[in-house]
Amino acid sequence: MEYLSLFVKSIFVDNMIFAYFLGMCSFLAVSKSVKTAAGLGVAVIAVLLITLPVNYLLNTYVLAPDALIKGVDLSFLSFIVFIAVIAAIVQIVEMLVEKFSPELYSALGIFLPLIAVNCAILGGSLFMQQKDFLNIGEATVYALGSGIGWFLAIVSLAAIREKMSYSNVPAALKGLGITFITVGLMGIAFMTFMGISL
Amino acid sequence: MDAKLKETILNPIFKGNPITVLVLGICSSLAVTVTLKGALVMALSVIVVTGISSLILSLLRNTIPGRVRIIVQLVVVAMMVILVDQILKSFEATYAIDKQLSVYIGLIITHCIVMGRIEAFALGNKPWPSFLDGVANGVGYGLILIIVAFFRELLGSGTLFGFDILNRFGYVPNNLVILPPFALILLGCIVWVQRSIQKDLQEK
Repeated sequence: MEYLSLFVKSIFVDNMIFAYFLGMCSFLAVSKSVKTAAGLGVAVIAVLLITLPVNYLLNTYVLAPDALIKGVDLSFLSFIVFIAVIAAIVQIVEMLVEKFSPELYSALGIFLPLIAVNCAILGGSLFMQQKDFLNIGEATVYALGSGIGWFLAIVSLAAIREKMSYSNVPAALKGLGITFITVGLMGIAFMTFMGISL
Repeated sequence: MDAKLKETILNPIFKGNPITVLVLGICSSLAVTVTLKGALVMALSVIVVTGISSLILSLLRNTIPGRVRIIVQLVVVAMMVILVDQILKSFEATYAIDKQLSVYIGLIITHCIVMGRIEAFALGNKPWPSFLDGVANGVGYGLILIIVAFFRELLGSGTLFGFDILNRFGYVPNNLVILPPFALILLGCIVWVQRSIQKDLQEK
């Protein structure tokens, strides 16, 4: 039951985009069509699902105070360790996808390597460090939930932007400006989940 | 100062602003704009990180093999961010702000402005212009951050830097402004204003 509430909470209440603005750059740049948006969303879910448990293990058994050697606190190294793990895993995922599923590889194109610098991925690991999860199961469920939340957000924004290309927007607001305001309004809609305690 | 160097400094501040024109670095910027103090500390941290990591990578640019450059860049940037984070933590006055900024200081590593400027400028230019380019982009970013934070703190809490401005006149703070989505709407309005002035930026 706890897993379920953590899962729902990480999708809706702690949504990566609408509550924390993480992964905004690619969120705005890649949300022009639903198809590419969905591809990037899936890639983000996959990478989060691998990196977050790995970083959880590293954080608990290597970086935490007294974890590796008694009296040694390595937590100041966490940024550099997390980003190195993420960059390495993105590289490995990229090679695996290229080898076993060339179709998916060509569909994702440039987005796959760019995930390494997507703030949502590093943000997920940093939030994991703050939240003090009890075991690796919780960290995995959190990774899956926040990945799905990101996926839902980018797909729905892409759908709105596809429709919006037919509407009559003031010239200076076209493109970036109206997208910012749309995301803001979607964020207000997501705020309705805020008071829910699970 | 020659014209090209001047252009390097002035361009990122208005005409090629990293946030409103290049759309880089929005990820970590909006959550820190609830108070002016937080925005100021964030802006200074980003200026230091972009400036110095551009300088270091520009010095290293002829020795880094092209294939592993992303990892080298990430390591240099991560090192700078760790330094900034440790410095903020070590002073009592800034410790509280570091706590308030929470993960967003760490997220400067994946800040698109830092990586974007290194890729686009520092790897192809001499150290001094690269340093200036990094600092100027940090300033352009900080400027937008401070404009957004100014309105959010003034309208959301009725204060500026924690000093009471509007509340004494019977202003009731608007809680909507404190919520994250309002930062995006405000940013949309800033883009609107800038593109009305600079018509060549408008999208078809």
